[in-house]
Formats: sequence, structure tokens, C-alpha cells
Amino acid sequence: MSLLNLFLIVFSGIFVFILYFHISNSILDLYAQRINKQFNFENSIRAIIFIAPAFIILFIFILYPVFETIRLSFYDKFGREFVGLYNYNWAINDPEFRRSILNNLGWLLIVPTLSTFFGLVIANLADRIWWGSIAKSIIFMPMAISFVGAGVIWKFIYEYRGPGDTQIGLLNAIIVNFGYEPQAWLTIPVWNNIFLMAIMIWIQTGLALVIFSAALRGIPKEMLEAARIDGASELRIFFSIIIPYLEQTILVIWTIITILVLKIFDIIFAMTNGEWQTGVLANLMYDWMFRGGGDSGRGSVLAFVIMIGVIPILAWNLYKHRQEQKI
Amino acid sequence: MPTFGLFISSLRDKDLLAISGWWTSLTTTKVNEIHRMSGMELQFEEDNYFVIKNKLFESNSGKKIQTFGITSKKINEFIVGEIATFKDGSEVTVSEDGVYIWKSQNEFTKKKGKRLFITALSPPSFTLDNYKEVLFKEGIGQAFLNTTAVALPSTLIPLIICSFFAYALTWMKFFGKDTLLAIIIASLVVPLQMSLIPILTIYNDFGALFGVAAKSYPGVWMAHTGFGLASTTFLLRNFIKSLPNEMMEAAKVDGASHYDIFIKIIIPLSIPAFASIFILQFLWCWNDLLVGLVFLDQVPSEIILTAKLKELLGSRGENWEILTTGAFVSMTVPLFIFFALQRYFIRGLVAGSVKG
Repeated sequence: MSLLNLFLIVFSGIFVFILYFHISNSILDLYAQRINKQFNFENSIRAIIFIAPAFIILFIFILYPVFETIRLSFYDKFGREFVGLYNYNWAINDPEFRRSILNNLGWLLIVPTLSTFFGLVIANLADRIWWGSIAKSIIFMPMAISFVGAGVIWKFIYEYRGPGDTQIGLLNAIIVNFGYEPQAWLTIPVWNNIFLMAIMIWIQTGLALVIFSAALRGIPKEMLEAARIDGASELRIFFSIIIPYLEQTILVIWTIITILVLKIFDIIFAMTNGEWQTGVLANLMYDWMFRGGGDSGRGSVLAFVIMIGVIPILAWNLYKHRQEQKI
Repeated sequence: MPTFGLFISSLRDKDLLAISGWWTSLTTTKVNEIHRMSGMELQFEEDNYFVIKNKLFESNSGKKIQTFGITSKKINEFIVGEIATFKDGSEVTVSEDGVYIWKSQNEFTKKKGKRLFITALSPPSFTLDNYKEVLFKEGIGQAFLNTTAVALPSTLIPLIICSFFAYALTWMKFFGKDTLLAIIIASLVVPLQMSLIPILTIYNDFGALFGVAAKSYPGVWMAHTGFGLASTTFLLRNFIKSLPNEMMEAAKVDGASHYDIFIKIIIPLSIPAFASIFILQFLWCWNDLLVGLVFLDQVPSEIILTAKLKELLGSRGENWEILTTGAFVSMTVPLFIFFALQRYFIRGLVAGSVKG
């Protein structure tokens, strides 16, 4: 496809939507000028014009699929025959599924906690040193990079060469330097999960750091100074003032990263493709979407299990929203 | 740090890249190389000797030979300038810049010359060859265009649609508004895996019904729009809600319609918010792998950068020069955005990066 073609497609795709809003609203304006009195009627048509595209897309791409996926999870691999709990039964007895659940739990436990922790600590330290903002910028940078790109970078770090050869992977070069045997890091079961998590932590610490930095600026300076005058140690200030003050922020960041980790797919897909016992739910689901011509029943079960993970967060968000509406 | 290593590696010579760590490339390093001397075609006669004179490498490479050898067992046998004698009586000497003189009393009869083992000091050297190769031969250049064609509309379409939606949710009165808002908040966290199978089915049916390809650019745009819709609407609504109420009321009293208010007041005021959301959504679409993998064919005219990179990881896992360069090409746009527009990026993230 030529460059011009590509440009035309892109441009027309965007233009269609601008045209829709402009033309429909202009027609309504003309119409409304003619019959001045039906103001209410005009307003409801206008509301429909404003809402319709977004609502239709929301319906097709989020609302309908949620129910359809749940329905499909009770059907056979082609989505034709009702099979009851057969797919769920398969999942519970499938060793790959169990392994994935365990791995996902490991990711959920370790990644959000460590990312939040590192983010919080670095945000605190960075404000005290002169090169803090440069350090912040460097730590934040991985946020901009794709998971696959990060995968290539880290694959380069974990790269393994036989014991006699020169190690070109950073990690192996370091340990060989200290006189240890080089390791094929990504193939050591259980531990390789930790090495994959390190990538995600590397990326998400930046996110936590930036949000914490912004939140730290919200702590009244007087409060910190008062504490210092009273002789509180920096550690004491951190635990007794900063952490309680940032409680909400910590919760928000922890939730964001948890949601991201639940869906984690790219890193594992690029690095190990779920081999050596590193598979997680999203990868298993991708497999089953295409394995043997695709099995929509099993794929849907896996998607639904991921969904179950976010339901508590969903409920909590709705609850908070309800509270805000009341005020 | 690791990113820096990747960048350095992408600029290195591919042979060096495979045998030494990237951190060594910043300083002068010792390298061991094997070269084969030229054969009989180049010989000429001089003072009763048959002579072959040539160089082992380009003299502008900056390499300096320290020691050399003529058998693989003793590769450091001779110091530069010394004369080594082969079993057949021919003699060879190598100078620091790689020029060798190989003399023999008998005529050279073989097409291939003998091997020379050299140990040389190699200064830091970088090359752009990898970029040429990757961009044009490996198809990363095309994938770059494809990703652009996916990411731009996938960012602008939700921005257009959601700004109207967010405005309606904030300033218009209609039936079911609260429910709609609750639905959006719920949709924020719905994992996109929930949508993959049903939407793929819809696309397949749609394609079969109208005789068009099931996987296409517009399909991906719509998918990205769908998945980014809730968060874009949510962020925009929070912003539009914070705009001063009086301005809207005044415009309404003057007889402006909602569309006028939207175009003439809301849009100009929302530019900073647009910028932040644009960056978030654009990076999301640019860096996405799963959506591009599921909703596009993995053919050269449609494959996106991340999918291409993943493909290379599988097929060219040992060709580090291709991987590192490809990865760096894929990062150019995000890194540019990161450094040039960091302020907006951070503002967007802080405003609440909640994405389903």
C-alpha cells in the first residue's frame, strides 16, 4: 500500500466523524430556527446526536461483549451447543490453567506492591537531591515504551551464552565476573516468573513515581516543618505523616497497576510465550482463541476468570462514585 | 540504563554485537579475528620472490593489530612487524594497520590464501548500516507506517466522539444520564479480553455478509475507540465539569445552541486536556500488541510494529542487530513524545490513568 493511500484512508476515517457531527448539528440548527417554540424537542434530538456514536460503540465493544462472553462460556467451542459447566470443569482440571492462576496470583501479589513501594520511596528521595528530577525522568521513561520493546531490552539483559563464551547479556556478564556459572535465566521455572515481573516493575515504578511526586506536592509544607521542629526523624515523618496523607493515592496506584497486571499479556508473549511454566491467563486465553481453529467456550471461560478479578475493583469504583454523587 | 544499552547496540557492527557486551563498545577493546589472505591472482614478482600484498581490513576502521598468529593453537605467537614462517617456507609479516606482505620463493598456486589470526585493539565504532537493513529489508519501515495508520485515527476518533459524549454527560439533561455515567465508570476496568471473542465473531460475520475483509484498518480503529472510550470520556468529563458554569449560562441566554457552545467555548478551553488525553491514548495505541494481533492480518501491509518485533524475536532471535535496531525504531515516536511533551503526559497520567 502506498503512502498516499495510507494517508487517504487515515484522513477519511477521521473526517467521517467530524462530518457526522457537523452536518447533523447544522441541520438541527436550521430546523430549530424555523420552529422556534419546540425547544425541548430540539434539545432531546441534540442530546441524541451528541451521545449516539459513543453509546453505540460502547454498546458494541464493551456492554454486549461482556454478556456475550459470559454466555459463550457455557457453550461448545463453536458457540452453538449449550454445554453447561463443561468448560469450567475443564479449566479446573487443566494443569496449564492452574499454573496460570498461580502465576497470575504471584504477579498480582508482587508487581503492584513493589512498584508502589519503589515509586513511593523514590518520589520521596528524589525531592531531596539535586539530580532528583533527572533521575525521575529516567525512571519514568519506560512508561513510554511498549511492552514488546521492553521485552527486547530485557531479553538482551537476560541473554545466555555457553559457559566458555563471552557473555553479551548484562546479568550473566556480571555474575560471570564474580566467578559464577552463567544461567539461562528465562528457563528456570518459578524464578523466571520473577525475572519477567522485574520488567513490569521496571515499567510501572515510573507511573507510581510520577503520581506520587504530584501528590507529595499537595502535603502542606507547614505540617512537615512543624514535625521537624518537634524533632521527628525523617523516617518518623515518612510513616506518620506522608503515608497517611497519601493513603488515597497509594490505593489508586495500587488499583491501576493491579488492573494492568491482571491483563498482562505482551511481556510474556514476547519473552517466553508461556513456556517454562510462565503462562498467565491472558496468554492461555489467546492460545485458546486460535488453538485448533479456536475454542470460544474455553477462551470465554478464561476471559471471564480475568473479569472476576476486576469485579471487586469495579464495585468499589461504583460505590465511590455513588458517594461523590450524593455530595 | 537498559534503554541506553539498546540504543548503543543498535548502532554497533553486527559481528561485534554478537560476541561482546554493549558496555564494552564505549571503550577501546581487544578483539580476536580470523582473516584469510588473498590467493594466487594477486601475486606479483619482486626481487626473485612471489609476493602477495593486501590489507586485512579497511584502514579507516581504526583497528590496531597487536599480535598475530598463523595457527589456531597459537594465535598470539608473533608481535606486529615480526616475520612468521609457514611450513611451506613462505613468510608473512603484518603491520599495525592490517597490511600484510606474504612472500614465497615458489609461485603461489592456490586460489585461497592461508589463515591469519590477529588480536587487535578496536576503538569505539558505530554504524548506521543496521538501520538501513532493518528499515528497508526487514519490513520495519512498512510496519512503522502501518502502526501510524492504526494509531492516529484510533486516537483522534475517540477524542472527537468522546468530547461530545462528555459534554452531553455534563451539561445536557436527558433520561438515564446517571445510569450512563455508572456504566462508563464500570467500563473503565472491564478487561479488553472480555471483548475479543465476541467482536472477532462480529467482524467475521460482517466481513462474510458484505464480502469485505474481516480484518481491516477501520476495524482496528473501532476496536481501539471502543476500548479507549470509557477512559477518554471519563477524563474529559472531569475536565469539562471543572469549567466555569457561568460562561455556559451566559452563552445560553444569548441564544447559543449546545453545538455553538461546544464549538466556540468548550473546545478552545479544553485544548490542554485534549493534549494530555491524546498523548495517553496515542501511546496506548502505538504500543499495543494484542489488539493489532487479533484484529489485523499478519501480512506486510497490515502488521504493526510490535507484532513485527515479536515475530522477529521468534525468527531472528540470534540476530541482535536486527532486534535492537527494530526495537529502537519502534521507540522513536514514544520517546520523542516523552521528551517533548512530558508535561502533558504527566498531567494526563495524574488526572487518573484508569484504562480497561
